[in-house]
Amino acid sequence: MQVDMTVNGQDRSADVEARTLLVYYLRDAVGLTGTNVGCDTSSCGACTVLLNGESVKSCTILAAQVRGADVTTIEGLADGTALHPMQQAFMECHGLQCGYCTPGMVLAATSLLADNPRPTEAEVREGLEGNLCRCTGYHNIVKAVLHTAEHDAAFWQARASKSGVTA
Amino acid sequence: MIPASFDYVEAASAEAAIAALTEHGDEAKLMAGGHSLIPLMRFRLATPAVVVDISRLSGLSYVRDGGDHLAIGALTRHCDVETSDMVRSQAGLLAHVAGQVGDPQVRHRGTIGGSLAHGDPASDLPAALLALGGSVVARGPGGERVIPAAELFTGFLETALAPDELLTEVRVPKVPDARWSFQKFNRRAQDWAIVGVAACGNGAGTGVALINMGQTPMVAAAVQSALASGASAADAAARAAEGTEPPDDLNGDAEYRTHLAQVLVGRALAEMA
Ligand SMILES: Cc1cc2nc3c(=O)[nH]c(=O)nc-3n(C[C@H](O)[C@H](O)[C@H](O)COP(=O)(O)OP(=O)(O)OC[C@H]3O[C@@H](n4cnc5c(N)ncnc54)[C@H](O)[C@@H]3O)c2cc1C
Ligand code: FES
Ligand code: FES
Repeated sequence: MQVDMTVNGQDRSADVEARTLLVYYLRDAVGLTGTNVGCDTSSCGACTVLLNGESVKSCTILAAQVRGADVTTIEGLADGTALHPMQQAFMECHGLQCGYCTPGMVLAATSLLADNPRPTEAEVREGLEGNLCRCTGYHNIVKAVLHTAEHDAAFWQARASKSGVTA
Repeated sequence: MIPASFDYVEAASAEAAIAALTEHGDEAKLMAGGHSLIPLMRFRLATPAVVVDISRLSGLSYVRDGGDHLAIGALTRHCDVETSDMVRSQAGLLAHVAGQVGDPQVRHRGTIGGSLAHGDPASDLPAALLALGGSVVARGPGGERVIPAAELFTGFLETALAPDELLTEVRVPKVPDARWSFQKFNRRAQDWAIVGVAACGNGAGTGVALINMGQTPMVAAAVQSALASGASAADAAARAAEGTEPPDDLNGDAEYRTHLAQVLVGRALAEMA
């Protein structure tokens, strides 16, 4: 079947089987391999992307179910060579080691701050409970999220009011 | 792991979904958020020949004031139940429980109707609906009927819904002043409950329901009748496992679950006191 959607602002279209999961549509049909497959069983969050701005596990959605939707992958965050504030914060706070979980972590954290621009540490830990990291012990990931929430507060507030959510 | 091949039908309306179910019979499966069905299909534990996608029936995503109850569309996602002001103020237990399901990504996709129609004894929302004394609306080729939560869960992953019926609405009594408690016992963030308890004051007394204590989501009948006849919270909690058949699995054996049920009902009643 023909499946059309917008990925990182560009219209995409591919003829895929109905059983194609969104993550394989992105990786194999669109060729964007930044979205990783970890557990392949809906648990680890490595495959997290934004669907109309909200975090979802792309291994647990049929591509067919999101026809016409707006999908953001890790490749779509940076503005040219300027990193997105969340990416910059992960870099500054050493929020990654091997990097496998990182695309999913960054997108899950982006969705979290769009809902709640000034979370407490506990809210960050709970908000990222769908994402597993084998390397960092989570400590620096949480630090990175709190860091950008504080340092880029205007950026996150603007996003939150755009999505109609207030802190 | 990739699901087996199937024909995909996107239903444009509730009526179209029911027509597709009628046409394809046993071969067809509805897909709402897909967060129970897709994992089953990937493990090939479910191999429907036809998937009827209802995930974009936005007309079935709502929270409305139904007079003495709240009416919640079956396709309302967990995150929308969790953050709805009306659910928070009129049925606080339900909003809280919706916020405890899985993780944010799961709550951005999973729906209340899917959770109830799936009938998993380990899931959270069925217990909340049982404790609140709610009901669901089922629509089939012959029209609509209301099924009380207490009659919905009939066996392991089996419900009173007929194969050609669509769950369209969830009805929850308004209990703005009720005391409630939700106890979800697990060992890691994001995990399902090893045992859980949902309890809430409702029109009929105190509703108490158990998660993962048998083949179906279930009411703690012995606890409810003990409370109704004036027993102390401790005596009522001691009866939490009566009539249950807790499973033995990697997370705990039946004896451990029996103990947990008593402790968690005790905590719930203490929190509500
Ligand atoms: C990683 C992960 C963690 C989770 N953790 C929890 C947890 O802690 N607690 C918990 O309670 N749940 C948990 N879940 C399950 C989650 O809540 C599911 O969203 C929910 O159980 C099913 O809802 P759905 O909309 O995704 O249904 P689907 O998967 O689309 O459907 C489930 C079943 O219901 C049927 N169905 C769906 N909608 C209807 C309808 N309107 N009418 C009739 N039949 C229908 C389908 O045919 C299917 O048989 C978890 C899921 C995942 C992937
Ligand atoms: S690969 Fe999707 S959750 Fe692990
Ligand atoms: S940085 Fe290695 S898995 Fe998270």
